Amino acid sequence: MVKKIFFQLIFFNLFFLKGVFAAESGGMPQLNPEFWISQIFWLTLTFGILYIVLSKLILPKISSNLELRKSQIQENIEAAEKQRESSEAKLKEYDNVISKSKLEANNIFKEARENVLKEINAKKETLDKQIDEEIKKVEQEINLLRKGASEKINKIAIETTSELLVKLIGTEVNNSSISAIVDDLSKRNGDKYYDN
Amino acid sequence: MAANPMTQFEVYRIGPEIKVGAFDISFTNASLFMVVSSLAILIIFNIGSKKNSLLPNKIQLLAELSYTFVSKMISDTAGSKAKPYFSFIFSLFMFVLFCNMFGMIPYTFTVTSHIIVTFVLAAFIFIGVTIIGFIKHGLGYLKLFVPSGVPVILLPLIVVIEIISYLSRPISLSVRLFANMMAGHTMMKVFGGFVISLGVVGGWLPLSFSVALTGLEILVAFLQAYVFAILTCIYLNDALNLHH
Repeated sequence: MVKKIFFQLIFFNLFFLKGVFAAESGGMPQLNPEFWISQIFWLTLTFGILYIVLSKLILPKISSNLELRKSQIQENIEAAEKQRESSEAKLKEYDNVISKSKLEANNIFKEARENVLKEINAKKETLDKQIDEEIKKVEQEINLLRKGASEKINKIAIETTSELLVKLIGTEVNNSSISAIVDDLSKRNGDKYYDN
Repeated sequence: MAANPMTQFEVYRIGPEIKVGAFDISFTNASLFMVVSSLAILIIFNIGSKKNSLLPNKIQLLAELSYTFVSKMISDTAGSKAKPYFSFIFSLFMFVLFCNMFGMIPYTFTVTSHIIVTFVLAAFIFIGVTIIGFIKHGLGYLKLFVPSGVPVILLPLIVVIEIISYLSRPISLSVRLFANMMAGHTMMKVFGGFVISLGVVGGWLPLSFSVALTGLEILVAFLQAYVFAILTCIYLNDALNLHH
């Protein structure tokens, strides 16, 4: 069947070629000058009008539309750029303010700390002085008491010794000889009683 | 029997015969499709340029894309000096494109399948480009025919070849478009005729060919309009920026 179609194709091709030649013998429509002038005339007219209307009215409009859009987009981009820049500047300002205030806060804190430390130190010093003074006073008193104590003890020892001697022997011994013995003893063995 | 594939190219009068002197300028089917194409272009681009929204709608986008497409084509091939000729090349491209595309609708007439139409366009371009060349460069435009760096012995031959190639520009330009359109439409008509004559049994093969050819012809319709416009740009480039 394909073969049949093929042959038919060839046949019809030949037929149509004949038809083409026939048309040409009668004048190919394109080469028939009957309407050439008309075609030239109408081509000039329509193309001329088309050209004039397009170039004077429509194309400038399209061009200006395109330009306008371009400039509008450009303007928008520029405006966005400006806003971005201003926001960046504001951000910087904000950062500056924050860092400044941080510094100030730090300074204030330091000052306050120093003041407090100074006060504490001053108070401490005065307190130390007072304490030292009191300690000195007390020490002096203790020293006085200490010095007085040995004499009193000696006195008490002499008195008790003389009374003991009176009770034991029944005679009064001279106080000065007793005191000499007590003094001697206290000098030798005093270390045992007073940690001097 | 299948119709003669060339009958689709026949021009016939619509309405009364109009005569100016000895010239017959009657309104024909060719004239009708020239008017239709031009009107379609004007309507589409008028709607497309009417209001300017930041987000274009479809027709506006179409108009603006065509505008940038043609303007890029011109600046790529002919440089910035060709800007004053933008409207002409834009109109030319759109006119040829729309005529080609309208020809793809069944039972319509393809304006650009007539050698006289394409030749008038090409001749106008040729004469215009030559005039621009002589205005811009004076007699120096003739240097176009004398390429630099050619041995003196070969020079006469080269100059003759250059002149012939220059003079054949309008012919090649017009015949390229005309022949492409005619051949494509004839072929489609022939395959269409096969579909009818082979019937339900054998008609499927030519029908599939016909479908494929329609796609190809739409591509060719666009491509030939583009080639026509870009060759115009190249000729213009020769006239504007003379360095061979």
